[in-house]
Amino acid sequence: MNQAAHKDYAGAKLGMWLFLFTEILLFSGLFLLYSSYLSRYPREFTAAGREMHVGFGTLNTVILITSSLLVAMAVTAIQRNERRNVLLLLGGTILCAATFLFNKYLEWSAEIGNGIYPGSPRLANGPPGESVFYSLYYLTVGLHGLHVLIGGTFLTLVAVRVKRGTVHGGDFVLLENSALYWHLVDLIWIFIFPLYYLIL
Amino acid sequence: MTTVQPASTSFWNDTGKTGITSWIFSTDHKRIGLLYFYSTFGFFLVGVLLGLLLRIELMAPGRTIMGPETYNATFTVHGVVMIFLFIIPGMPGAFGNLVMPIQIGARDVAFPRLNLFSWWLYAVGAVVVLTSLFTGGGPPDTGWTFYVPFSARTGTNVSLAVLGVFVIGFSSILTGINFVTTIHRLRAEGMTWGRLPLFVWSIYATAWVQILATPILGITLVLIMAERILGAGLFDPGRGGDPIMYQHLFWIYSHPAVYIMILPAMGVISDVIPVFARKPIFGYKMIAFSSLAIAAAGSLVWGHHMYTSGMSDTAILVFSFLTFVVAIPSAIKVFNWVSTLYKGSISLEAPMLFALSFILLFSIGGLTGLILGAAATDIHVHDTHFVVGHFHYVMFGGTGFAFFSAMHYWLPKFYGRKYAEKPAVIAWALMFTGFNILYFSMMVLGIKGMPRRYYDYLPEFAPLNLVSTIGSWILAVGLVIMLANLFRGLFRGEPVGNNPWGGATLEWSIPTPPPTENFDREPVVTHGPYDFTKAGVP
Amino acid sequence: MTNENAAHHIVSNKKLVMVWLVLLCLTYLTVWVAHHNVGIGHVWGSLAIACIKSALVVAIFMHMKYEGRLLRWLLFLALATMAIFIGFTFFDVLYR
Repeated sequence: MNQAAHKDYAGAKLGMWLFLFTEILLFSGLFLLYSSYLSRYPREFTAAGREMHVGFGTLNTVILITSSLLVAMAVTAIQRNERRNVLLLLGGTILCAATFLFNKYLEWSAEIGNGIYPGSPRLANGPPGESVFYSLYYLTVGLHGLHVLIGGTFLTLVAVRVKRGTVHGGDFVLLENSALYWHLVDLIWIFIFPLYYLIL
Repeated sequence: MTTVQPASTSFWNDTGKTGITSWIFSTDHKRIGLLYFYSTFGFFLVGVLLGLLLRIELMAPGRTIMGPETYNATFTVHGVVMIFLFIIPGMPGAFGNLVMPIQIGARDVAFPRLNLFSWWLYAVGAVVVLTSLFTGGGPPDTGWTFYVPFSARTGTNVSLAVLGVFVIGFSSILTGINFVTTIHRLRAEGMTWGRLPLFVWSIYATAWVQILATPILGITLVLIMAERILGAGLFDPGRGGDPIMYQHLFWIYSHPAVYIMILPAMGVISDVIPVFARKPIFGYKMIAFSSLAIAAAGSLVWGHHMYTSGMSDTAILVFSFLTFVVAIPSAIKVFNWVSTLYKGSISLEAPMLFALSFILLFSIGGLTGLILGAAATDIHVHDTHFVVGHFHYVMFGGTGFAFFSAMHYWLPKFYGRKYAEKPAVIAWALMFTGFNILYFSMMVLGIKGMPRRYYDYLPEFAPLNLVSTIGSWILAVGLVIMLANLFRGLFRGEPVGNNPWGGATLEWSIPTPPPTENFDREPVVTHGPYDFTKAGVP
Repeated sequence: MTNENAAHHIVSNKKLVMVWLVLLCLTYLTVWVAHHNVGIGHVWGSLAIACIKSALVVAIFMHMKYEGRLLRWLLFLALATMAIFIGFTFFDVLYR
């Protein structure tokens, strides 16, 4: 059967893009809640937004944008069969992912230490809109963090295959698809950042 | 006339692998289709049993066989099993997998390993759901809709049940991705979009709904778990939340979900009617277009489940108007099916009987949907048994009967043997009669004011409730006869040749049962799916 | 099915770095705007900048600029669906 003879590169890419659409829609449920509650509690959202650590948020934004650059360069590199560069660039991307997660850990430790977490007494005693803001914050950023972890894992698995030579200049759709997934993680953060950190 | 024999080698035995592992680790779309068929149909029977128990309880006022908490759990599990473990995965998973790749002239789907993974996700999710019934606080009692605030507070095992549904939802998403990619990329030479069987069009539209709507269910289920486990308070008015926001999120998926349930069923009807009327389908393009239109318009109407919830009047107006719009493409299909029958040479074998009754039962369900869709009339019938009657007409009389039609139409192709016609007709007649007695009574009860999901009811509703329960028994008898006849036939019945029904779509051009590779060389398509003359099947 | 490996578009590192620099500038801009405008009027401004940033990521980093029409239409379909889900909810939220 000649259909199976060569892998369908365009089909694999189409499949990945369709999967990315589902991820966008998954987060859109949370954005739907955010926008609805923002229109109901504009002042409380603004007040809560001012408590957010803009420094951490901006740093993480820069880290993710840079990680996107690195993984995009990795795709270019594999198309040029520059195997060593691919591994370095992928390594850089994964390092960015790890740094992002570490920053998140620091940020959340500080916030939880301040009594800001879902169901906390401080939020229970505060205005209702504030509690809603923070619950959405933890859920959205938490779900995003999970995707950073998943994306980082994909990239690691692909890097192993690049090292082994099973992903190479003639057949790199796995790398390209993992890069697409990684860019999605960046895209979601591009919207999380202004909505949660810059709503001042 | 030579005696017909099923092919001696086929997907049943041509891989050289045997045993259960050759099934549960197979990436052959036909084996996966059968895995889906047996698992989903098994759950259908569980759901039927629960339904029968509900009807026995409702047979007379007061307690009959169970207490109120058990009743709540029973109707919840009945709904969850029927919707998430049977209908949504069943049509695309079973018949979509079995038939669609062959109908487009492909060897398999675009991502066969992902296909197997989808079934495993379904199986794992189902096990998680089943586990939730017997552990923790016991089976959920919130109704399959899991409305807050009750779902956030009840002590029953909502979180685990909801986690199971989440996993099944992921299975549905992956199937959708697989099918869209397959239909875009793997059509054989000459199989243009305009020559696709209408079943394929319906699977395509369904796959889009699976891709775009199911993620919202995913996040909604995560939010239920967050409310219960983390105390997120997003839907808790005491903490600034709004329970209506939950309803929006829930129905944004669950309304399109009913189109996941009905579109493949309509696709089956569109394939069956031309074959049993010996006439090409009337209005092929409009039926194909209407599948896409239903998927699109059906994504705009979710608020019609919420007219009495406290939503704004503006929203009520908008959603009510759009609900009337979505009825139009469905009506187009009904008109086209009936037009196909006109001056056709109709033969009333079992697949056709189920298909014809689909048209009637779906139409009744659809028309009662308009009564529900018009906000003013909905106020009277919302959350009554009228709703229960409506959705059983479309989901059971519609999808269910289409599923039975597909079973009689396509399973013989995959088994190489067929059921006996006479018992099938008797079974159908019993089911049709029992069905209408069972559910039409509910619509009358609903208009008279009997609420749904109530354990008990006023004495004035007792006679019709008894009638409805008797209908359920007649239906059950018919179901048993149908299944006994069908399965006896598939395993020990008359052998069938390649094309027992005279169909013109590609699955009838290959051996019965098909080989694993489907085609020994890629087919070149030169005619439409209902062009019987060109296909050589007068 | 043709072997499409030969038709791959390769995006130069130069282009990628340029896009990265623009993204950093836009990030700086969006933080600046947030600190120099009171009230939530600037929510729309922040979102607009976020849209520009994502358009760049999608077009260049994710190669959408070099893909066929089908993929672009499908992306539009997914985004339109999301817009409808959120937008129609506002028929309720805004008019209670």
